[in-house]
Amino acid sequence: MKKYNQFTAFKALSRASFSSLLKRPSSIVFGIVFPLIFILVFGFLGDRGIKIRVGESQFLDTATLVYQQLSKESSIDFVPFDSIQEEQLKKGNLDALLSITKENNVTKVSYKISDVSLDKSRVFELILKQIAQEEIINSSGELPKNIEIRKEEIKGKKFTIIDFILPGQLGFALLSTGVFGTAFVFLSLRQTLVIKRFFATPVKRTVIILAEANARLLFSLAGSVIIIILGYYLFGFTLANGLISAIEMILLCALSLVVFMGIGFTISGIASSESVVPPLSNLVTLPQFLLSGSFFSTELFPGWLQTISNFLPLTHLNIALRKIAFDGYHLIDVWMHVLVLLIWGVLIYLMAGKFFKWE
Amino acid sequence: MANPIIRVNNLIKKYEKLEALKGISFEVYEGEIFGLLGPNGAGKTTTLEIIETLRKKTSGSVEVAGYDIDINPQKIKQLIGVQLQAAGYYPTLNLTQLLNLFAGLYNIKIDPLEILQSVGLEAKATAKFKQLSGGQKQRFSIATTLLHNPKVIFLDEPTTGLDPQSRRNLWDLIKNIQSKRTTIVITTHYMEEAEQLADRVAIIDQGQIIAINTPSVLIQQLLDGGFKPKQVVKPATLEDVFLQLTGKEYRE
Repeated sequence: MKKYNQFTAFKALSRASFSSLLKRPSSIVFGIVFPLIFILVFGFLGDRGIKIRVGESQFLDTATLVYQQLSKESSIDFVPFDSIQEEQLKKGNLDALLSITKENNVTKVSYKISDVSLDKSRVFELILKQIAQEEIINSSGELPKNIEIRKEEIKGKKFTIIDFILPGQLGFALLSTGVFGTAFVFLSLRQTLVIKRFFATPVKRTVIILAEANARLLFSLAGSVIIIILGYYLFGFTLANGLISAIEMILLCALSLVVFMGIGFTISGIASSESVVPPLSNLVTLPQFLLSGSFFSTELFPGWLQTISNFLPLTHLNIALRKIAFDGYHLIDVWMHVLVLLIWGVLIYLMAGKFFKWE
Repeated sequence: MANPIIRVNNLIKKYEKLEALKGISFEVYEGEIFGLLGPNGAGKTTTLEIIETLRKKTSGSVEVAGYDIDINPQKIKQLIGVQLQAAGYYPTLNLTQLLNLFAGLYNIKIDPLEILQSVGLEAKATAKFKQLSGGQKQRFSIATTLLHNPKVIFLDEPTTGLDPQSRRNLWDLIKNIQSKRTTIVITTHYMEEAEQLADRVAIIDQGQIIAINTPSVLIQQLLDGGFKPKQVVKPATLEDVFLQLTGKEYRE
């Protein structure tokens, strides 16, 4: 008799499960459509428009002609002095810092811009130079002698709403498909006796699970890749180390999905019918969606709530994803969060081993 | 006598309190259609599922094609085709995709259309399982059991719930499978079906085999014992009338 190859069976099962996923609307809706809608909504909410925000430094002589001309520009918003304005400039919340002083009839204008909002800074520069040149008596193209302009450019990195919301949405998609999808599929395979028919073939039981998990993994990671690509090209999502950051994010997503699928396996074992799956899944996922910083930041939570938040696996996925994407951390730098996810994984799979049922 | 391909010896299955099988023994010969008859709850499905390696036995021994189910369950699974009384298929996949899946599960290459043709379902290649009629569902289930040219196939109540035309159509299919030297083990509630199809039958009741022989010998033994039917049997039945009027043609 020919030697039976479990891998051939694994491939056939994976393929079947994958095409089944493609045809199930809920998997696409939760995995890709919902996260994209949220990103779209928050992405547009996050755009502050085309106003140029200029921070006033401590030394700003508002009596100067230059200042008065600038303040007439409708495209410029002046923001009063603030001690953290340089940080704001680095993050792109301000587009320029401006100081104007007048000594011995010479107007000294100095401004600071950062590379994160270069386009707006350039517009500001143009406006500023134009205003200064209007004071030129002879049009030799040089600045009038009574005006000095000094420019300083600093490096910064803009943290936009997309940098916050996209990793959160990846976490949302992974947790919902990992828990709901896995629980539903295994419960229905069991109840409709699809799995019993598989048992009558030479395929090993573990191969059935691995193939099912593999299909879901491929499907969800494809979803994550799509979300990251669209986020990067359409919304300017920051990938600090480019492709490397994206790959590290995907690896982290894969690990988290495996952990979350364990919750799904457990629920599929506990649930007696399909109608029990949604309430049980919601019980696990909803608090995490709210408390893990997927949709909004946990910074404003009271301390005790933050403590709870810090226990949840999704919190650690979200934080680690943001650190990798925005701060340019590598997986090894976020090992603490990975470790927490791994510990959750061990606990969850111990539980799954106890509750999971074949028939 | 032909070669036994299945040997069941003193098979016992106990559930917590109930003794479902109380030590049954029988042999199935290569190439025959073997009918397992009995009322509901007699132990037919339990017996089949133990031989199919789907259910654990309490004690006794089972051999299929020389392989012991305790030692070589994997080998046995490769040699048998199993049609379950109630089995589901991936709801979102069409018949072609499902056959390809089972081909992978049996490690073989197939032409799905050719397989579907063999059970008269070539027009349904892109249909979903749930869109099929009762008879079509059974024929598709049987198709999935035949993919890997098994030595033995097990059919658990394949004709239950089918109309007379579909049943006859399925009988033809089953006879056709036997003609290709495949051994068939079938359970049924319908005695005329067993009489039509089975070379030998075992009657099982309350976990025990109470009779085993060819249908004609069993009938002869009953008559020899002085049995008289309650009413004179008419040379035709109502089913004959029905089929005469509606035609034997199989309908979708």
